[in-house]
Formats: sequence, structure tokens, C-alpha cells
Amino acid sequence: MKNHSASSKKIQKTSLIGKFRGNVKYQKYLFVYTCLLLPILFFLGIRILPTLFTFNVGFRDWNLLATGVKPFIGLENYKVLIQDKVFIKSALNTLIYIVLGVSGQLFFGIVVALLLHKINRFVGFFRVIYFIPYVTSIVAISWVFQWILMKNGIINDLLIKIGLSPQPFLNSPDQAIYIIIGAMIWQALGFQMVLFLAGLENIPKMLYEAAEIDGASPWQKFWHVTVPLLNPTIVFSAVIGSINFIQVSFTQVINMSSDGTGGPLNSTMTVVVYIYQLAFRKFDMGLASAATVMLFLFILALTLFQMKVLTKKFDY
Amino acid sequence: MKIGKVLTYLALILGSIIMLFPFVWMVSTSLKSPIDIFSLDIIPENITFSNYIKVMEESLFAKWFLNSLIIAVVTTISVAFFDTLVGYIIAKFSFVGRGVLFILILSTLMVPTEMLIIPWYMMSSDFGWTDTYWGILFPGLMTGFGVFLMRQFMEQIPDDLLNAARVDGMNEFMIFFKIAIPQVWPALAALSIFTFLGNWNAFLWPLIVIESEALRTLPVGLSFFSSGEAESQWHLIMTGSTIAVIPLILVFILLQRHIISGITLTGMK
Amino acid sequence: MLKKWWLGLVAFGLLSVLLVACSSDKESTDKVPTDDEKGSGEEIVLEYWQYAFDAKVKLMDELIEEFEANNPGIKVKQTNFPYDQYNEKVAAQVPAGKGPDVINLFYGWVPKYVDSGYLQPLPQDAFPHDEIESEFFPLVEATKLDGEYWTIPTAVRTLALFYNKDLFEEAGLDPDSPPKDWDELQEYAEKLTKADGKGRLEQSGMAWEPSQQGHQWLRDGLTRQAGGEVLSEDKKSVVWGDDSAGLEAFKYWLSFPTDLGTSEVGFYTDDVTAFLTEKAAMNVDGSFRIGTIKSDAPDLNYAVAPLPGNKKQSTNASFWTNGITAKVEGEKLDAATKFLKFLTSKEVMEKWIDATGELPAKEEVAMQDKYVNDEVYGAFINSLPFANAHFFVDETEERQLVIDAADKVLLQGMDVEEAYNELVEETKKLHENYWSNK
Repeated sequence: MKNHSASSKKIQKTSLIGKFRGNVKYQKYLFVYTCLLLPILFFLGIRILPTLFTFNVGFRDWNLLATGVKPFIGLENYKVLIQDKVFIKSALNTLIYIVLGVSGQLFFGIVVALLLHKINRFVGFFRVIYFIPYVTSIVAISWVFQWILMKNGIINDLLIKIGLSPQPFLNSPDQAIYIIIGAMIWQALGFQMVLFLAGLENIPKMLYEAAEIDGASPWQKFWHVTVPLLNPTIVFSAVIGSINFIQVSFTQVINMSSDGTGGPLNSTMTVVVYIYQLAFRKFDMGLASAATVMLFLFILALTLFQMKVLTKKFDY
Repeated sequence: MKIGKVLTYLALILGSIIMLFPFVWMVSTSLKSPIDIFSLDIIPENITFSNYIKVMEESLFAKWFLNSLIIAVVTTISVAFFDTLVGYIIAKFSFVGRGVLFILILSTLMVPTEMLIIPWYMMSSDFGWTDTYWGILFPGLMTGFGVFLMRQFMEQIPDDLLNAARVDGMNEFMIFFKIAIPQVWPALAALSIFTFLGNWNAFLWPLIVIESEALRTLPVGLSFFSSGEAESQWHLIMTGSTIAVIPLILVFILLQRHIISGITLTGMK
Repeated sequence: MLKKWWLGLVAFGLLSVLLVACSSDKESTDKVPTDDEKGSGEEIVLEYWQYAFDAKVKLMDELIEEFEANNPGIKVKQTNFPYDQYNEKVAAQVPAGKGPDVINLFYGWVPKYVDSGYLQPLPQDAFPHDEIESEFFPLVEATKLDGEYWTIPTAVRTLALFYNKDLFEEAGLDPDSPPKDWDELQEYAEKLTKADGKGRLEQSGMAWEPSQQGHQWLRDGLTRQAGGEVLSEDKKSVVWGDDSAGLEAFKYWLSFPTDLGTSEVGFYTDDVTAFLTEKAAMNVDGSFRIGTIKSDAPDLNYAVAPLPGNKKQSTNASFWTNGITAKVEGEKLDAATKFLKFLTSKEVMEKWIDATGELPAKEEVAMQDKYVNDEVYGAFINSLPFANAHFFVDETEERQLVIDAADKVLLQGMDVEEAYNELVEETKKLHENYWSNK
């Protein structure tokens, strides 16, 4: 090893790193820390510090419009929140959004990616079509959904034609949340499809050929080659899907719920929508920040859990 | 086998209809006159381009379009470079603080943007970044999303491949560019697409940090068509949204080919 | 693998605790005083903010030009933001010590702004209380708090009954005699309703949307028409449930979507859309809608009448109003005061109604013959003397309470009286909370 690096040093006279005296390990560390310097500064300054600022505000009585002193009130905000019925409701809703929404996204994403992986004509064409919902403006498309789903809209026309009774959809506290989840899956499908396509492409064709030689059936190939090798993508999709679902749900709920604030009767309210209302409608930055901390801890726990349960080491 | 192919296509076509329907409705609405937008026809009775002309004439639409383009391109380049690099390092090097760093970067995804705009604005105002391009794009220059994505894909690169390159005398930067990146080409293409989209559609932060009309991004500009009390001008929103989608579809068509070409480019070793 | 995760978490936790501790120490010493950018003697620049509403923005540009010409040395810079994000934009600037000098706010938001110390009272020498009270309609008192006027509007709006003349004729009703009282309104609504027999309305006799103007109609319209009040004279307590009038109004309000079956929440997405597309024959809406109808449905054959009354006449009024922010002082304050004086002058009010459809806030200007007899604005102007602007302690929340009360009855089948009692209780709680924090 040492001999090798010594000889390679000679060959690479022009290389900057090569000029430094040292072995491969030294080079590696130099590389690692040089490259990480800027990103670490960035993430600390732009992301972590503002986050800590928010955590700090969560312990204070902080009126967003006030310029005076913001007294430290300890856990008071947290106490208020856990007794707040709307907050509890929004937390429960968020769970429903994640469980149904993320599994729905993953399922349809994998199915579409696999279908697209199987065909060899019009692949690009279908990809574009399935990706289109992901790129269209949520505001514009939410209006279209409202229009399609209203009592006198075309979906209800269809229901009546096949002999069913018209449904209130977005105006019903029992149906609205599922409609919004459906719309979110519709929109996120293209995102998951692209991820899984990239993941599928990352699987060496060689392995399939080897499996074929061993006489594996398509199902066996799927379970023994595709699924394990897709694992990093699945982990990523599940984690990012959950995080996105929690955050992106905001625009969708604001634009699709019947009263624009998570109605009817808070049935579509999510934690992020509620945080937003606390901060910018009621100007109670303290409560909003406390809710943010709780959301943060929840997502963190969820992410760690997902990574632990889903990640499988696979050697090939 | 043949029947399987036919069924696959059938399923895809059926899915396409569901995927496209609301989109088609949006485009069709943009071609209707203000009073017709409430009609239930999918193909407008009288097709009119007056909304497009109005959007172009009555706003700085072209300028907003350009602003969005600049911001999306710059952030995409930055994210593609830095996130890939950081993802690579976290996946393939062991060093002190690796786990902490990864968790820290990942945790940046867990705070809603809505709660970051206040500290960001304080920062921008202190440094004089408000109402500038830099002010709009600085929070998006690197993302936890990209680092995480690239780490997942970089992890799959066999260590032997990298070590072989080291033995061959390549320096670390060369290995990153020449060996690692081609291996994750599909993921890099996906990351670029997502980053471009995300920044093209970014709304809340640009709205907060911009004051002048000429610096508005497309989504911010469009939001001025839907002003609360007076009825929203849906025909204009649909028109603006339709135009806004075009470059995104183009970018996707352009980049999506790379999602498959990864392996063929490198050739498995 | 797992071990490292937890190490990371612990380290992160420690780091956060450390930083929280540090920043809380610094908090008290780090207060940066708001710097005065303009020295004396130089040109004064006033920042004026209002939400983005095309007609208002354009008019304001003209008015600013006029003001600057008459007041050399003062420049006004107008900035606009979409209505939905207006509060965010204001709020984001506060911790950074920035923001407007003169701000245009919805009157229902004012208490929150006053409580947080964002605004300063209008200078009494320029705006003496007795002058405001004698010249302006009494509804501007909705922003009088702690004995001070904090804001002053250029214009106000009232709610009235919009009705579709063509649909009236089609139903055999006289398009020139709109409903005058509660009974007639119900009767008309029924006649104007068409259903398809499959549980869907084809045409709604009366558009009905609590989240739009519906909640205002209930509080300031119906409740007062039934002889009740939502708030006591001094605005300090909720008397909504004290007599039977409130419940009577609530029942009447809900009769449209329930007993009469003339209305539906979300019918053609919302009341305004339904009325514009001739799917709803009547709607309670404000004068600000006239511009929308003109531009989006120019052929709509409609008219406007004062709200049908009961024991007495009443309607809701609301307004956007101008205040001076707390940090403004010295010469800048003088300039801001001058600007407000200008915005509340007779000339500006007259320009305002022509350009935006909002009614003059001063009685003397509004009650001129040319407005009172105006075909379109007449109904709104004539409603002004009996109009009321509810004192909101929390506009978002109070609106939500009414929406929820309606949803409880319509979607969950709750008893009307129970839903009403809950509405009153919750509203009471909000107001009591507000005053106890004073």
C-alpha cells in the first residue's frame, strides 16, 4: 500500500494534494475536511442556527408584532398546546396523512416505475405524462379539484349516472381528508416514480442475468434482486416522502379545504397548517415555535425509526 | 409474454388519463374567457388567447419568468455540486463526527420553512440581502434532501472500485468526478430535476424577501392575481400556471434521459 | 450503526441546550435600537403598505403623485402584498426592525396590532376625537381602543342584497321589487330554487357561505335585525345569548340550507362564483364586488337592494383603515399625519368611490345626492346610517366559530340551539380572554 502511494505521488506531480507529504489516509482527511468546510458553515448558519432560534422562541411569550421584551415562560407554551383540542386533532390528522399518503405514494410510485421499466416504447412519453402533476402549480390544480369534486361537479354527475347518490367530498368532515390525501398522492406520484426509476437503473443488469441463469421466476427476481437492491431508494423515499408530506400538505390543505384553514370542522387540519395559523394569524410565535419543536421531535423519531426498520444491508 | 406487454400498456394509458385530466382542465380553462371558466366544457366553446395576452401585457411576466429561471439554474448547479460531494463523503469516508453531521443535515429537513422565514429575514436584513437575487436564493444553495439522496446512492458504489482508482494513482477529486459521479448519474439527474422544480415553485420565502415588482419570481407574481377579498382571477392564474409549467416539462424531458443512461455511460466494472 | 445515531442525537441535544442558554443571555443586551436613516432637513420618505388590489394600487399611485406635488420634501413609497400573505409580510419585518410607516389594515386586525404595540394612536391635535366622531360614520369607533383612535379609514363598505333580475323574471317575480323583510326573502328564495330530484340543487335561490360574508350577515345583519346585539354598548361583553333575538337570527340564517333547502355550502365552489355564473339568484355581498362583476361578468343583469330587515334595519360594515406604526416620530410623524389628513379628505374620498367602489367614510361626503341616488351604490350608501362594524378581538377565530357552528348543524346534525349556545360560549370566552389580558 505504502509503496503504491509513494509511486503514485511521483506520477502525479501536478496534483495539488499530491504535493503534500503524506500517505493515502492524510490525503483522504485533507479531502474530507476541505470539502466539508463550506457545507458545514452553510448548514450551521442557514439551517441549524435559525432552528435553534425557533427552539428558543418556544420557551417564550413571543408576540410576533411586539418589539418589547419577550419573557421566558418555560414550558408554558407546551402545556397550552397539549391541552389544545385543535392541536391534538391536527396531530392525529398528520398521522393519517403520513400513514395513508406515504404508503400510497410508495406503492403507486413503485408500480409505475416497474411498469415503465418493463416497456421499451414510448417510455419517455409516459414518464413525462406521469411527471406532469408534480410540476403543475398546486394552487391552480387545487382549484380544478374543487371544481371537479363539488356537488354539481363531473364526478358527482358520474356517480348519479351509475345510480349512486351524490357525495359532498370536500365539504364532508368524513371524506375531505381522504380526498386531499388522494390529491397529494396524485401529485407526488411523479416524484416517487423518478426516484424509483433511478433506483432501478442503479441495479446492475448483470444480477438479473445471473438470476435468469439460475432459473429464477419473475417473482423471484423481484423479491430477491429488485427489492433488496432497491432498499436504499425505498428508505430514502419513505423518509423523504414522510417529511415532504408533512410539509407540503400545507399548500394543499390551504387551497383545497372548504374554508381554506383545514375545515370542515378541522377535519383536514395538519400540524404545519396550525403552526402557520398560530404564527401568522394569531401572531403567537411562542406557541407556533413550541408546536414546531414537537413536530421536529416527531419527525426525527419517525425518521430514525424508518431508517432502522427499513435499512437492510445487502452484499453483492 | 405478449399479453403481459399489452396489459402493461393498457394500465399505463389508463393511469395517464387520471394523471392528465386535471392538468388538461387547467390548460383548457386558460383558453376560456372570464365568464366561461365556470362552464363545465372540457374543450372551450370559444377558444381565446386573450388571457395570455393579458398576462403578458399587464404584468412583468417575462421578467418574473427570467427571475425564476436564474434562481432555479443557480441553485440547481450549486445543489448538484455540493450535495453530491457531501453525500459522497458521508457515504464513503469514515471520519470523526460523520454520524453527527449526517443527522444534523437530515434534521434541517424537519423544520417547516414557515418557521425559518423570521430568522432568515433578520439575517438578510442585517446583511443587506433583502430585495436581491442573493437574498432569494441563499437558503436553497445546499439541501439536506440532496445530501441524503446522494448518500443513499453513493453507498451502493463498491469500495473496491474507489480503492482501485486510488491504487491507480488518481487523486481524491479525480475519483469523485471520474469514478463516483458517473456511478450515480441517474440520481444526480433526479436531484437536478427536483431542485430545479423546487426553486422554480418556491413561494413563501421569495415573497417575504422581495419588495420590488421587478424581482418577483413567477409564483410570487402569480399570487398577485389571487387577491383575497375581490374574487381571484382564476382565468389568469390558470394561464400563468400553464406558462410556468412549460419550462419545467422541458427540463424534465431534457434530463429524464439521463435517468436511464447511467449504467451504459459507465459500464459496470 | 444505531449507536452512532444516538450519539449524534445526544450531541445535537447538548449543542441546542448550550446555544439556547447563550442566546437567552444575550437577548437583553442585544437590542438594537431602530436607526433613523434620515437626518433632519433632508427629504422624508414614507413607507406606505397596502394589500394588492389592482384598483386601489393604481389609485394610490395617482394620489401619491398629487400629495408629493403639494408637499415638497415628502416622498411616499407604496408597497403591496397579496391579501393572503399580508400579515406574514408585516410580521417578518418586525423582528428585523423594519416595516412601513403608514399601514393599511383590515379593521378586524387592528386590536391585535394595537395590543402588540405595533401602532401608535393618531395624534389628537390633527385628529381630535370630537371631530372624528362628528364627521365620520360611528362605525369607525370599531378601532377606538383604550380611549384612543388608532386608525382612520378613507372608505367603508356595507353589505347588501345582490339579486339576478333575469332569474327573478324567469321565476315570475318582479325584478323591481326585491324582498323587503325576512319572510319575503325566504319566500323569494324558495321560488328561485330548482332541484334535480336526485339530491342536488340546480339553482340556488339564496347563495349561502358562512366563510365569505355569511358570518358578517349573521352578526351585524340578522342578529340586530331581530332586535338583538352581539356586543354590549361598551363593546366589552358578549350579550349575544342574553335575549332570544340571537337564537332567532341563527335559526333564520340556518333555515336556508336546512328547512327551505334553497342553499348549500360550497354550491359552485362559493357564493360569488355561483352568483356570477347565474347559478344562485341572490347573494349577500359587499360593494367591493361590483368591480369584479363589471370585469368578469359584464352581461350579468343584476341589481342591489338593502338587506331585508325584520324588527329593524341593519347591515354589516367593514373597512380598510390607515394607521401609523409605533416607531415613527419627529418630522416623519408630521409627514405621516399630513398624509393621513390627505387620505381622509373629501376629494380623495370622492376619487376613491369612483375608482374602487368603496363608500366615503365621512357622512357629509357619502350622503350627497349623487351617491344616495346612484343606481348601483344607492343601496349601499343608504344602508350606512344603520350599519354596524362588529368589534373583533380575533377576526380569524370569530369567523371560524361561526363557520364551525354552521358545520356542526349541517354536517354533524347537531341541534340548532346547542350549536348556537356553543357559538355564544366560545365567542364569550374569546372576548373575556381579550379583556382580561388588558
